[in-house]
Amino acid sequence: MADPMRIRAMAKDGEVVVKVLMAHEMETGQRKDSAGKPIPAHFIQHVSATWQGKVVLSANWGTAIAKNPFLEFSFKGAKKGDKIQITWTDNKGDKRTDEATIN
Amino acid sequence: MDQTRRNVLKAGGSAGLLALLATAGMLRSEAALAADWNQNAFGAKNLKDAFDALGAANRTQSADIAMVAPEIAENGAVVPIGAVSKIPGTESIAILIAKNPTALAASFDIPAGTDPSVSTRVKLAQTSDVHILVKANGKFYETKKEVKVTIGGCGG
Repeated sequence: MADPMRIRAMAKDGEVVVKVLMAHEMETGQRKDSAGKPIPAHFIQHVSATWQGKVVLSANWGTAIAKNPFLEFSFKGAKKGDKIQITWTDNKGDKRTDEATIN
Repeated sequence: MDQTRRNVLKAGGSAGLLALLATAGMLRSEAALAADWNQNAFGAKNLKDAFDALGAANRTQSADIAMVAPEIAENGAVVPIGAVSKIPGTESIAILIAKNPTALAASFDIPAGTDPSVSTRVKLAQTSDVHILVKANGKFYETKKEVKVTIGGCGG
């Protein structure tokens, strides 16, 4: 199981700014190991953020997203104390969901 | 991409329909997620194929898309890219890197209530144009900027 995400969600001027750091190798499948064998691709394909059951951001990613991916976005409607959930799914079917409280 | 299913989901926001889809196992299941991931677009080896696979063969250059990207990235493995669309009705924002082994880096769906503004970090194999593709009201808009890379991001 992958390490937890670091999520910061801050309410400011009627908006919530969400910053997420995920722990993931994001292996492209282009690299070779020291023996010259290709290292298989292993990367996050799908990320979604939900607030009160509503999807506030949905993203599909390719291999070009950097290792330990960073994501920032903002949305309207939520307030301090609300919870936001972020879920990612990678190409091997691994999955992780973390929750943060908006402050 | 399964265009029909998308349209159905977009058009019929009613709880009944959603419940029906959920019962049928079509909603938020692993299969649905996998189907959402556009294999053709993400597998495209060059920019034109990626644009075509996204249905964005026809695009309008737009000054209403702002890209936040460095002029020079010392390390191609971590290049911060931000995109802000001022085009009304922005539905999605995609990041494409012309000279990467696969051009499409990311595609973000922007629901109503979410700002058409996203930031992330990408890998650049070499100095390349970075394109931001915005879909708004069914039309595609584009802007691009060259980012110079002194160390490539693909290693090996």
